[in-house]
Amino acid sequence: MSTIEAEVDALRAEALEALAQADDEAGREAWRADWLGRKDGRLTLRLRSLKDAPPDQRASLGKSLNALKSTLEGELEARREAARADALATLSADAALDVTLPGRPQSLGRLHPVTQTMNDCIDAFAEMGFRVFEGPEVEWARYNFDAVRIPEDHPARDMWDTIWIDTLIDGERKMLLRTHTSPNQIRVMEQTEPPVRVIVPGKCYRQEATDATHEWMLTQIEGLAVDEGVRMSDLKGTLYAFARRLFGADRQIIFHHSYFPFVEPGVEMAIDCFLCRAGGDDCRTCHGTGWIEILGAGMVHPEIIENAGYDSSRHTGFAFGVGIERVAMLRWGIEDIRHFYQNDLRFLRQF
Amino acid sequence: MKLPLSWLRDYVDVDLPPAEFAKRVTDAIAEVEGWEVIGEQWDPELVRVAEVLAVDPHPNADRLVLATVNVGEGPKTVVCGAPNVAAGQRVAFATEGAMLVDGHSGKLSKLKLRAIRGVDSAGMVLSEKELGLSDDHEGILVLPEDSAIGAPLVDAIGDVVFDVSTWANRADLLGILGFAREVAAVTGKPLREPDRSYTESERQAADFVSVTIEAPDLCRRFTASIVEGIELGPSPPWMQQRLIRAGMRPINNVVDITNYVMLETGQPLHAFDYDLVRGAEIRPRRARAGETLTTLDEVERDLDPDMLMICDGEGPVAVAGIMGGGNSEVSESTKTVLLEVANFDPGSIRRTSTQLRLRSEASLRFEKGIGPDLASYAQARALHLLEQVAGGRPAAGLVDAFPTPLASPRITLPAARIEQVLGIPIEAAEVRRILTALGFEVTESGDAFEVTPPFWRPDVDLPDDVIEELIRVYGYEKLPTTVLRGSLPEAQPRPLERVRERSRALAAGLGFQEVLSYTLTSGEILSRVVSPDDADRAGPLAATNPVASQHTYLRTSLRGSVLAAYAGNRHHEDAAMRFFEVGVEYLPTEADLPHERPVLCAVLGGQRLERWERPGPERLDYFDAKGAVEALLDDLGVAAAFTPVEEYALLPGHTAAISVGEETVGLVAQVHPDVAATFDIEEPVFLFELWFEPLTRAIPERPAYAPPSRYPEARRDLALLVPADTPASATLEVIRTHRARGVRISADVFDEYRGEGVPAGQKSLAIALRFRADDRTLGEKDVVRIEQGLLRRLEQDLGATLRT
Ligand SMILES: [Zn+2]
Repeated sequence: MSTIEAEVDALRAEALEALAQADDEAGREAWRADWLGRKDGRLTLRLRSLKDAPPDQRASLGKSLNALKSTLEGELEARREAARADALATLSADAALDVTLPGRPQSLGRLHPVTQTMNDCIDAFAEMGFRVFEGPEVEWARYNFDAVRIPEDHPARDMWDTIWIDTLIDGERKMLLRTHTSPNQIRVMEQTEPPVRVIVPGKCYRQEATDATHEWMLTQIEGLAVDEGVRMSDLKGTLYAFARRLFGADRQIIFHHSYFPFVEPGVEMAIDCFLCRAGGDDCRTCHGTGWIEILGAGMVHPEIIENAGYDSSRHTGFAFGVGIERVAMLRWGIEDIRHFYQNDLRFLRQF
Repeated sequence: MKLPLSWLRDYVDVDLPPAEFAKRVTDAIAEVEGWEVIGEQWDPELVRVAEVLAVDPHPNADRLVLATVNVGEGPKTVVCGAPNVAAGQRVAFATEGAMLVDGHSGKLSKLKLRAIRGVDSAGMVLSEKELGLSDDHEGILVLPEDSAIGAPLVDAIGDVVFDVSTWANRADLLGILGFAREVAAVTGKPLREPDRSYTESERQAADFVSVTIEAPDLCRRFTASIVEGIELGPSPPWMQQRLIRAGMRPINNVVDITNYVMLETGQPLHAFDYDLVRGAEIRPRRARAGETLTTLDEVERDLDPDMLMICDGEGPVAVAGIMGGGNSEVSESTKTVLLEVANFDPGSIRRTSTQLRLRSEASLRFEKGIGPDLASYAQARALHLLEQVAGGRPAAGLVDAFPTPLASPRITLPAARIEQVLGIPIEAAEVRRILTALGFEVTESGDAFEVTPPFWRPDVDLPDDVIEELIRVYGYEKLPTTVLRGSLPEAQPRPLERVRERSRALAAGLGFQEVLSYTLTSGEILSRVVSPDDADRAGPLAATNPVASQHTYLRTSLRGSVLAAYAGNRHHEDAAMRFFEVGVEYLPTEADLPHERPVLCAVLGGQRLERWERPGPERLDYFDAKGAVEALLDDLGVAAAFTPVEEYALLPGHTAAISVGEETVGLVAQVHPDVAATFDIEEPVFLFELWFEPLTRAIPERPAYAPPSRYPEARRDLALLVPADTPASATLEVIRTHRARGVRISADVFDEYRGEGVPAGQKSLAIALRFRADDRTLGEKDVVRIEQGLLRRLEQDLGATLRT
């Protein structure tokens, strides 16, 4: 063995021994500075002193020392890699989290279920080209009743128990809390020319005792389409699309005869019961009929078309009114309408 | 309305099961809300019709009898305790094993026969209670005389009674005959009309009474008939049974006949004791001021001149169309009946019944509008029954005051209109079939149908009314689903609604739970949050007839509602809570509907959650509220300024108005602890409000934009001493507006400190500065020079100095 080889072997052995002793990153860094440091690392210095070696040995010594350098660098890197792998193994095993512990709390707000449902209804109709219009909640008796063909002495007034406002304007104009969104049919047609295609969301009020299915404040969405060529089959198609969007693509709908003074013909629409699938005599939702009534609708009465200044022989229209709470109750299986306006977080945070 | 199937079957055959019948009726006629099956539990073999052959005393008991009955199998002896059992009766008879309601316990149980006081009983004669028909256990049920002996009871008196909700414009559906006509049209079966034949006596009705209508606007027709020889007594069992099933109480045969014919035809009738009608005359007229009448329900009614009265020669004897008077009531001494069948203005009947708070079966029908021709139809039917059932002898002729008979309207329905309205045509033959079945007359002329509605359908007067008749019978299931055609209306920009809905979504995103409260509140709650000096809000509109007193006033502020929601939830929530509501303030205006001013009101407070969802020591404070406002407005594309203000119910020194440009768009504050306490909130609670009208005006159509600088910004932190009463916003405003060598400076406060090391009357503000130029990278020297200029300006403008 040449002296060169012996020297390099001794250096290698010493360096690797020292590296083996370095058992943390600080020790490895100190070792690196000690052996490979750019200024005064021992191997660096030895390489720098190559120029003092005898010329005939210089080449082979240089080669051996450089080989040693890359060995040491490689060893260092391997040690570091092993340490990183060890640390990660520890992190995944010994320091493993109980990933089922609760997350750090964030403050989260939600929209009221009535708002959510309203937004979904609006989206469904907006896709069919309906624009949104809004009207006042405190309304003239004339718009709420007379203009939609519910004169004062007609028993149809019994269909809407009314909360009246105690202020009379000009000694004769009566104000009330609108009992339905239908007065907006008149308001919209007074302000625009055909084609009309609007929905009117908003609160309505009824002077009635509350129970699990009746609340005195409620939310409705009114729909109105008036144009040449608007047909009752379009009403059915529009409501069919709505029902499928809100309650599932396999929904079926039926119309049955009904009476609202402002439409002719007038219908009630029902959807097939998606809770019992028409199978249960004891179904609480459809009472075994297989059908759930969800809204009233019809063709706008020709007198209302005429009163708006339109030509009822050319222009026809349809109108419908949906109770939002009812839709929300069906969607989520809410059993009592009175939950909606109690503002109890234990109810609200479920939606 | 109660609709007994057995009665309906007098006029039309119905062979559908109840559920199917209910569906067909609901689809095309009126809404069936439910039905009750009578006799479901009566076994046809075990519960049958029997004839009572004889009644003999019980050998061992005074209160019991031995009845001999025949069920078609020879005489059988039964022990019976009913006081009313008598030979010749048809009765309900049960044998061993029948399911019956126990007369004492009221429970359904199986009949077990045993000897009673030593006499064996072959069965049991049944009471209504034992049959489950009513709670009547006083005596046995007596069946109609023509009930077939031995027949299953369920065939004799079993029934299905439908509960039907009819329409406000359809008086005809409040008559079982009218209903039957619809069922016939829908099922394609023929209609059988009731017997209206009777024999007139030689005496003329007109010799008994005269009728003079003094108010022809309110009384459109008045027919009177006279029936002599009345034998007043109970009506026959079949009639009583039908009245009971339809929900009315039997009284006597005359009154029962008027009720029966009303239930049958929908036309109300009224019977007077002719001998009590003074002056042999009837005068329908308006009440005179001060007149009163004691009605059949024994209430004295104050009348007013808008009310139509039926009067005799001396005064009122009935409130027209609503209720008769006690002074002319049919009683046991009645021999001659004056039968009124009239037609009144529906609005007048409704007004009067509302005013008197008196609703009757008659008024409910009249107010819906009845065709005047129905009067003579109902007269004939009632006279038939009075003759058959009450021994009456009808005088000849009706006294008929009918000032202006109405011609039935003729409606021209162009065939094309059907398709225009429905989207599908209906064949001419089908049109004729449906309308004829419903009693309409139809002829065709060219491309149109000429249609005359029957007299019982005054609700039909337009072509589209006829179309409804067609489609409901033709079947809505035949209507296809089509898509709206034609052009879309122009979209209207709705900036306010856009801002409102965006704010709603943002508030939820910022951790606030949306609530929706009743918009009617109490004056007391409003007064907690609204200043008595607030001219817009202190005088809210009130409901005349609120559902409850705590819901009397239309809220002029949302603050009470949201604070109440906060307080209500505090009972079961320990940690911080954040709520908001979007709604309107109903601000009364002069001579118009109130201004419905849209606002968002949010409240927050409580202990911030730590790790593990536990409330920590730190509470939400004013700056949480303000931070939410800033985030919300930032998203909307505007920067707001906050100015200290004082406002009712909010804590001074902790209240700021929010402004954007020229507009004040809301406020943020701590709720005054005294006010919070009125809601039982004992912790600091904060609120902010955004007012959408000014906020919408303040939001630019397009948000400002500047491209990101290509040069890095330089950062410096400053500690300034400023007078304690100078708001941080003033300092920041000076910095923001400082200009030097085209360099923009932005600044954020990152600490405020008062106390040790800071002179009294001053505070220390720590400010992070960022310097940026659009054309170069700023060097150290640049920044130092600019900062020195800025410090001079701050000293000049605010008296601020560098803290050292
Ligand atoms: Zn169901």
